[in-house]
This record gives sequence, C-alpha cells and structure tokens, in this order.
Amino acid sequence: MAQIFHRSTNTLSRVTIFGAVFIIGFALWVIGGIVRSPYATDQGITREQPVPFSHQHHVAGLGIDCRYCHTSVETSNFAGIPPTATCMNCHAQIWTNADMLEPVRASFSTGRPLVWSRVHRLPDFVHFNHSIHVAKGVGCATCHGRIDKMALTYQASPLTMQWCLECHRNPERFVRPRDQVFNMDYVALNQSEVGPKLVHDYNIQKLTHCSTCHY
Amino acid sequence: MSEIDFREFRKRIGDLRGREYWRSLEELSRSDDFDEFFAQEFPQQAVALDHGLHRRDFMKLMGASVALAGLTACNRPAEKIVPYVKQPENLIPGKPIFFASAMPLSGFGSGVLVESHMGRPTKIEGNPDHPSSLGATDAFMQASILGLYDPDRSQVVRHLGEISTWSEFIGALQAPLKSPGSMRLLTQTISSPTLGAQIQQLLAQYPGLKWHQWEPVNRDNVRDGLRMAFGSYVNAVYHFDKANVIVSLDCDFSDSGPGHLRYARDFATRRRVRKGATSMNRLYSIECSPSGTGAVSDHRFPVRPSEVEGWARSLLGGGQPPTAVQAAILKDLQANHGASIVIAGEDQPPVVHAIAMAINQTLGNIGSTITITDPVEVTPVNQLASLRELVNDMNSGAVKALVIMGGNPVFDAPADFDFASAFKKVPFRAHQSLYYDDTSMLSHWHIPETHYLESWSDVRGHDGTISIVQPLIAPLYNGRSPHEMLGALIGGLDVSPYDQVRGYWMGRGGQPPSAVTTSSGQPGAAALQFETNWRQWLNDGVIAGSALPPRSASASTNIPATSNRQPATGIELSLRPDPTIYDGRFANNGWLQELPKPQTKIVWDNVLLVSPKTARDIGYQDKERDAFVNERQTTLVDLEYRGRTLRVPLWVIPGYPDGAATLHFGYGRPHRSIQVEHMLGGYYETMPAGTVGVNVYPIRFSDGLGGGGGAKITRVQGEPPYIIACTQEHQSINLKDIGGDRKIIHAGTFEEYRKDPHSIVESEEPDEEMIIPPIAYNGHRWAMVIDPSVCTGCNGCVVACQSENNIAIVGKDQVHREREMQWLRIDRYYRGSPENPEVFHQPVPCMQCENAPCEPVCPVEATSHSAEGLNDMTYNRCVGTKYCQNNCPYKVRRFNFYFYSDYDTRALMPMRNPDVTVRSRGVMEKCTYCVQRINAGKIEAEKQDRRVRDGEVRTACQQACPTEAIVFGDMNDPNSAVAKLKKEPAHYALLAELNTRPRTTYLGVIRNPNPEIKP
Repeated sequence: MAQIFHRSTNTLSRVTIFGAVFIIGFALWVIGGIVRSPYATDQGITREQPVPFSHQHHVAGLGIDCRYCHTSVETSNFAGIPPTATCMNCHAQIWTNADMLEPVRASFSTGRPLVWSRVHRLPDFVHFNHSIHVAKGVGCATCHGRIDKMALTYQASPLTMQWCLECHRNPERFVRPRDQVFNMDYVALNQSEVGPKLVHDYNIQKLTHCSTCHY
Repeated sequence: MSEIDFREFRKRIGDLRGREYWRSLEELSRSDDFDEFFAQEFPQQAVALDHGLHRRDFMKLMGASVALAGLTACNRPAEKIVPYVKQPENLIPGKPIFFASAMPLSGFGSGVLVESHMGRPTKIEGNPDHPSSLGATDAFMQASILGLYDPDRSQVVRHLGEISTWSEFIGALQAPLKSPGSMRLLTQTISSPTLGAQIQQLLAQYPGLKWHQWEPVNRDNVRDGLRMAFGSYVNAVYHFDKANVIVSLDCDFSDSGPGHLRYARDFATRRRVRKGATSMNRLYSIECSPSGTGAVSDHRFPVRPSEVEGWARSLLGGGQPPTAVQAAILKDLQANHGASIVIAGEDQPPVVHAIAMAINQTLGNIGSTITITDPVEVTPVNQLASLRELVNDMNSGAVKALVIMGGNPVFDAPADFDFASAFKKVPFRAHQSLYYDDTSMLSHWHIPETHYLESWSDVRGHDGTISIVQPLIAPLYNGRSPHEMLGALIGGLDVSPYDQVRGYWMGRGGQPPSAVTTSSGQPGAAALQFETNWRQWLNDGVIAGSALPPRSASASTNIPATSNRQPATGIELSLRPDPTIYDGRFANNGWLQELPKPQTKIVWDNVLLVSPKTARDIGYQDKERDAFVNERQTTLVDLEYRGRTLRVPLWVIPGYPDGAATLHFGYGRPHRSIQVEHMLGGYYETMPAGTVGVNVYPIRFSDGLGGGGGAKITRVQGEPPYIIACTQEHQSINLKDIGGDRKIIHAGTFEEYRKDPHSIVESEEPDEEMIIPPIAYNGHRWAMVIDPSVCTGCNGCVVACQSENNIAIVGKDQVHREREMQWLRIDRYYRGSPENPEVFHQPVPCMQCENAPCEPVCPVEATSHSAEGLNDMTYNRCVGTKYCQNNCPYKVRRFNFYFYSDYDTRALMPMRNPDVTVRSRGVMEKCTYCVQRINAGKIEAEKQDRRVRDGEVRTACQQACPTEAIVFGDMNDPNSAVAKLKKEPAHYALLAELNTRPRTTYLGVIRNPNPEIKP
C-alpha cells in the first residue's frame, strides 16, 4: 500500500508541533505586551487641552502647593479640578493680556466653564478615593510621577490593576510620612526601615479583596 | 381547595412539621405541576430561545463583530472634565450633600433628606427630625427620585395641543378673570400654609370665584367621621408607642395613610421582644383585603367590608350582643384603659370612625393614646360633595372657566359624575400637571407642573408639623409650581415660588403661625432673626414646634343606634388604591410598577382578589389554578357591578373573606407613555386597548367610592388564560432540592417565649466539619439581623435598594420569566388554614455566607471573599456562567440576561448613584451590603484614625425601614446592635445546617395572641 502522506509532511508536522507551543506563546506574549504598553494604557501620552497648562512652571517654578488647586484631595475621592476663579486669583493680576490665557478670561467673563481633557482615567467599575491614599501616606508623585517636571501633563503610571496591586500588596515599599505627601522631591533613603514602621503607625492594611475598588 | 384536598391538607400539617409553612396555595396543594415549576429556577428559559436566529442575521452580527474587533485596540476617546467657573461654597466635588425637604402626598408631607451629587439629586432618605418620618421612607418616597427624572413628564405649555408659552397663558387668563363668578379652581388636598394663603388672597380678590378640592384617595370618611364624633373638622394623631392593645377596623395604619411611617415605628417599638422583655403589644385586625397591618397582627379576622360596622358596634356595646371573640377583645381593651387604640380605615364609612372614637372615648384613650388637633388641611371639605357641586355647575353652564391644579379628574372622578362630558362644556379649561394626561388632553391649556424636588413650597405632616419644601434642582422640564400658577391668577405676574414661600413666612415674623406675636424689636433685628430662623428651618427640614397643639376634645358616644347601611347582597366589591401605583399617579414609575405588591407579589397588573371558596363558586377549580401556576397564568373573569362590566384577571388569595372581592384602582390609564410602553413586552393581547392593567374607575361610583354589594363574577369562556407576572414563587428557597423539610420561618407566641425564650427556634446545629480551614476575621465582620416580627412587607427597603444600587427594571415579560433584578426580595409565608392563615414577611437579601457556596463554583473568580467576610461580586470579571446562581441555596443572585440598564435615555443618567457601577448584559449581580457605604464609612473613620462606630454605616434597606426590622453592623464590636441581636435566644440562621454560616440572620417571629381566643 502506497504511503498516504508525502515525506514533506514530516517537516510540516514538526513545524506545527513547534508552532503550537512557540508561535501561540509568542502571539500571547505580543498581546500581553500590547495591553500593558502605553498604546493601550495611555501612559505617557499628553492630551490636547484648552490651555497648555504647565505644572512644571506652576509647581516647580512658582512653588504652588498641590492643594491650592486640587482642593478636595484630602477630603474627597476626587482631587478636584480648579474652577476658573482659581486661575483668575492670580491671572487677574499677572499675564492679563497673554493670548495663551484667552480661554480662561473668556470662561470667567462668560461664565462658561473650561472643558479639560481627562488625563488619568479609570474605568467606571473602579472606585478610587484620593483622600484615603493621601491620609495613609501615599505621595502624589508615587502615582502621578514628577508632575513638577511636566511641561504638559501626562499619565506617568500605567494605571493597570497589576500596577495598583503592586502597592496594595506591598505598601511598605511605597508609603512616606504624611508630611512628605505633597513633596515632589521626597526620596526615602531607608525605605526598608521607614516603610514597615509607617505601615504600622498609619494602620495601613493590605487591601486586596475585590470590593476594595470594584462595586 | 376541594373538600378532599382539605382533608389532605389537614393531614399534612398534622403529619409534617416542616410543611407547616407555605408560600402559596399551589405549594400547599402540592400539584405535580408545581413541583416541576419549582424545580427550575428559570422555567421560561426555553421560551426565550424560540426566537430562532436566522443564518443571515448571524452573518450580519458576526460580520459586525469582526469589524469591531479591529477597533477595540484603538485608544479610548478623551473624557472631558468640566469644572465650575466659580465653585459654590461648601461643595466638595465627589462628596454628596444632603438637603432637607418634604414629599407631599395627598396633602400630607413626609420629611426627606435628599442626597445630591454635584447638584444632581440621586437618592431619598427619611428625615430623622421629621415626626412623620423619623428617618424612614416608604416606597413612594424612594421612587419619587425616578419620578423627578422621568423623561415622559410634560415639558411644554400647550394650547389646544400645540406648543405655547407661559406668558401667552397668563395673557389668556385675563379674559375669564374678568368674570370671577363663573370661574372655578380645582385642586388636590392642600395643607401648605403658603398655598392656602394664596388661595385665600385669590378668593378675596375675585369674589364669586369658587375653590373645589378633589382627590380619588381622599379622607372624606375620616374627616366626616371625626366631625360626627367631635362636632367639627379635626385631625386625630395616634400614639401607638403608648398603646398596649390596638384594634384596627379595616385600617392599614402601618403601610398607608398620613403618618404611617411614624405609626409603624411607634407600633414596632412595643413589639420587639428582646431578652428579658416583660410586655408586648397586641393587635387585632378586622379587615377584608389582606394588608401589611393585618400581616403583623396577632389576630386577624377576615370579614366583608360591610361587616366591619357590626364589629365596631359590638365593641361599643348596644348593637348586637358581642360574640365570644368580640367579648374577649372588649375585655382586653377594657383592661387597658387609656392605653389602647381603636382605629378605623379610610374606606370605612364615617359612622365607623365615629364609633371607633366613641369606643376610644369610653376607654379613656382620647388625650392619652390619641391626640385631637385642628385639621391639617388648609380648608377641610367633603371632597366628593365639592366635586359634585363643580360637576353640577359645569353641567348647568354656570362654569365658564376652570383651572385645575394637579390631579387627573377626567381619569379618576367617580364614574357617575361623567366628569369628561361636563368638563367639555366649560369654555376655558386649563390643567396643570406633571404629565400630559387624560385631563390635559381635554383642556385648552396644559401647564407642566414642577416636581416637589424642583420647587419651593411648604407642607404639613400628619401632626401638623410644617416643613419647608426646598428644591434640589432647577425645573428640568420647564415646569411651573402651583405657587406660580396662583401668582399668575392673583397678579398676572411672574413671582418666584421662593419669594412667595419666604414672603409668607417673613410675614409671620419668622415665627410659626401659632406663635405670631407683634414685633416689638428693631426691624433690622427682626429681619436678622428671620434669616436665622429660615436657615434653621431649611437645615432641619421642620419648623420646630409647629405641630398643631392638642385640643381638649371629647368624642360623642351618642351614635345612631341603627345602621342605615344596607347589608351587601351578592359579592361585595371593595375598591382600594393600588399598593404600589396609588391612585394611578405613579403609573409611569417603573420601580413602582415592578415592585411586587406587598400581599400578592404581582407586578405590572391589578387583579380581582377573591377567596378560594369564591373562586370555586364561579367555577375556577383548585386543580386548574394549580395547573396554571406552571405557566403563571390565571383566568379572566367578567365582573358585573351596577350595570357595568369589567374584564379582569382573577387571583385567589388565602385569608380573604368569602363573598367578597377586592380590586385596586389606578391601573389602566388609556394614555401611557414611552417608558412604560418600552417595558411591556408582548404580553398585553388580552387587555383591551393595550393598557397596563384594568381601569377600575369606570365602576367607582360616588355613592360607594370604596365599593359595595351586588357584584357578580362570571368566568370568561373561550378566552386564553391571562398571563400574570407574580414573583412569589420566583427565586424561592427550594427545600426539596437541598434535602428535606426545614423551617425557613420560626414562630411562637410571647407566652411561650416568656416560659422559655429558646422555644421559639428549634435550633438545627450545622455540621461544622469543613475541608477548608476557617478564616479568622480580625478587622470588621459585617453582619445583618432581620426581625420579621415587625416586618409589614411594605417594600420600602426594596425600592431603597433599587435606588441606591442602580438596579434596573426589566418589564413584565422578563419578570414573568423570573428575571426580576431587585436584590432584596420579601418572601411571604403562610401558616395555618387557607381561610385565615397567619402571614409572615421575610426580607431576603444576600446572606453573605462565610462558607459561600457560590464562590468555589465560579470559574473566573468573579465572586470571592473579602477579608471582612463580604461575598464580593466583581462585575468586570464576570463572564456570565451563572454557576454561582445555580449553587446559591438562598437564590439571591440576579443575572442581566439583556441590557436591562438603560444606557440610552439621557434623562435617567444623572439619577444614578455615581458610587455604584451600572451593570451591563451578561453580568451577575447581587446584594453587596451596600459596600459603597461601608467603604465610604471606613475611609472616613480611617482618616480620623478610629474604628467605624456602630450605626455609622447603614445599608439602604436598613435606613428605609420604618419598623427598624433590619439591623446592620460589625459583629466584632461586642457593643454593636447587631452583635447583641446575634445573642438573642430567638436568633437563627436560614438553612444553618448547610454550614454556609450566613452573616444575614433572622429572629424568630413572636406574636402575642390573646389566650382567650382560640384560633
């Protein structure tokens, strides 16, 4: 009886067996890479804003505290985007004719709000609360990066669940004293000592169950 | 139930202890059909698959999927943030603010606290400072938030059906105002002092103008009865917390009527039996239609409505000699001189109210358990007489102009008045209402009305306490408040309701009217004082000390000896407002339409309630009824009443008197809206004109608003059975499946409890053996205890949960397929004979089992255990296998078979709770113990470096409950209310022997029957 399959099918079957393991594995690796990449997470992407507001200038240059504008960061889940009136506290006096600030002045005089594009966006099924993180010693820069060095604001962290859990599982690696929360330059020299102490002092729990964020 | 069945039944309760409790007649007779129906959680599943997918549709869908698959990788569109230009003071973005207000219903206000997120009202809570609420809410209050956003509300002024403007309407008003003698004003019941003052001003300004009042659920009987007793119009306020013995003469005081939330709470304070209790109140309920009050009573006597008067007379003495039972009640009443209450229901004729007050007078209750005050209404009138006069004047041509403020008289006026044709004879007709309804369509002018959450006003509570009604949001749909309407009538000017309400109170020197004094201080100081007072009133939600002062009064005991009431012949028909959509005004509210009626558990329909025997008499046999249960159908009957015939679905209910029938009015509005239409599904073939339910108003006559005798019921032959969506047997705990006869309800008497507190619950020890190691809960240990002893089944908690947790409504078709979404259900159980069983209501939320059977079966770990013992449900992880639902012995999980959440209607978006995810299709959901509230409470506590205090976190159902039957808290805190309840002798867990270790547990029901009355 003649052979049903030609000899070349041997090669084909070897490639298939190899492929089943490696090609599919490679494809999964590529997909995994894509969903974690800035392409999917928007990490590092600046968005067009009505006014090219520079945190670098206002925070590093002028030394304005985060809470001057983000007033509710210590009390509410939402840190707060400043109302136009906050901008005009200063810009009624300085740079009153700058073209760049025309939308701000227009907003203030017409009463129509500025419409900003959200930079840090979580899905609707995630509930994040700023105030408790601030209270437990999570610095602004821990999640938002060196915002004082951003001419245009972008999302410094991937904001994936894996990234959240990194800290929720090991808070001692990230927490800082409460008085350093708003300090952009804070660097812990001995985090391995400070961290566990703060976790104890601040009663920081390792909250990793689902309803911590999802409800 | 045939005779043979009865013997069978008696044998059953004789033999089997576990089958002592039953949920429905079908279960009791235990037909084969029932078992088959019961075994399946979703018996209608197969039907849903009937709509076969064609190959072409499949290709179309799949083609779209492939095309869209490419798009999913693209970057998400930018989301916008719109901050304020000038941020209001005290507003913290992301934090809700609560404002005090009051919800008026039929003239009586209940205090509310409205949760507002960034200017959007999202949730109603009760105002703990308001005497009619004490922090509790009923279903109507909870659902009013949906009524506010309802996109079907009228949005424009209309003239002859065409869009017009408010100023044109004011212009058009001027002509009829020139001859006020032929002008009439028709309003609903008004207790608002400002509205009252405006109407008085109007009447003074236009002599000859007449004011009429009408509401289909009016309190004419109560008013006239109290007038008979006290000689003038008065208001009676009851103090159930002081009463040891209560006799309800067809009065559902705990679930309906002014002050019912307060009454329910006061009643419950004397009913909760805890360790060491020495006393408990006793309630006798003499009623026709099963009510919430009847369900919690110790003795319930089902009688036809016309027989109540006989009972009342016997209790008073002088009528027929009392029966043994009546004598025992009388003895009980007399033993509690000055500490009892006899209360008559709104549907009983005035004489019954007068008799009740005479009994109270004899018993010394007036002044102790009953306070008599001036009337709460601005001008109490007999509304039926008022409307009759108006209709006569319209027919005679004396009325040239009629302005109707609120209400829908074309739909709800007594049938014999033929309001519509009289109304059409009026040359100028204007109607102000929330919806463009039947009356609007017959009017020349229609003015959209503001919702109570949109406009300033004031209102009195059941004891006369005044609340300022403050708006939460500017009118969404161009509505005009009644104050503006009256302002336009008086001055033709636009005066804001705020100025009118504030102006009225400023005129009273900042004092409540009872305390008006001539001002002697500086005008500046007075104005300042007013500002302080005004802010205080708005903050508190009540004007302190504005309750009407008690009047010294004594009721006449001189009652006409003979009744002029004809004994009812044939079947006596009782017409009642619907328990969930009231007189029809809430017919467009999906939450209320889909709310199971407290006693029948029917949704989206009204039915004719009859006793099992009456049903048999008209040829509807038990076997047939039981067979219908598999398809959830019932038979249609023709109800002949005073020459008119209605075709209605029949419903057999235990504990109902023979020879009577109850029908709820409010349904069957001919003109319904898009929202309701959307929810109908395809099940209304058998109803005429495609209405939701049956319109009962055509058989509601002026000489018998509550019904009357002489009705005849005949079965409709040759019609297909009518499909009913009844949730009673849905998602029920199936004892058969989990092995054997267990008790879901444990009940006993107070006497037994005092002898041995542990006798109420037969403890069933769980098998503690486990293959997984037990978890130590060191932090919080959230738990709930529910006390069904005081649960009246009022449904307040169910709607509160729906509102708090963004729970979707699904429509009749889907409910019929057992897919209702309410996380909290109230199961109804009976015990005893079907003629007069004891009724038990048992709210069932998620049990939050420590050994949760749902968790190990989830293939994707979408449901998992939290460190505090919550059984978490992660929507974004769920792939919709429904294994968890299948494995839950308590049947508390709900699955989104379709896109039930309305993602499209923009008007409903701001209504949702921003703290809770809106669930999509294919996702399982269930009660979370309001984890968003737990998290918020924990965050606040953590920020202050302390533990959550007991009572700081309250679930939505707990907060709404008028009788405080639901208690939630941290079991690890030994001083918490919940931890104490867990140690009660009558405490038990549902299906404890399964060792699921549920966190939600129950107390045994304790009742206090009179030992002298044998059941």
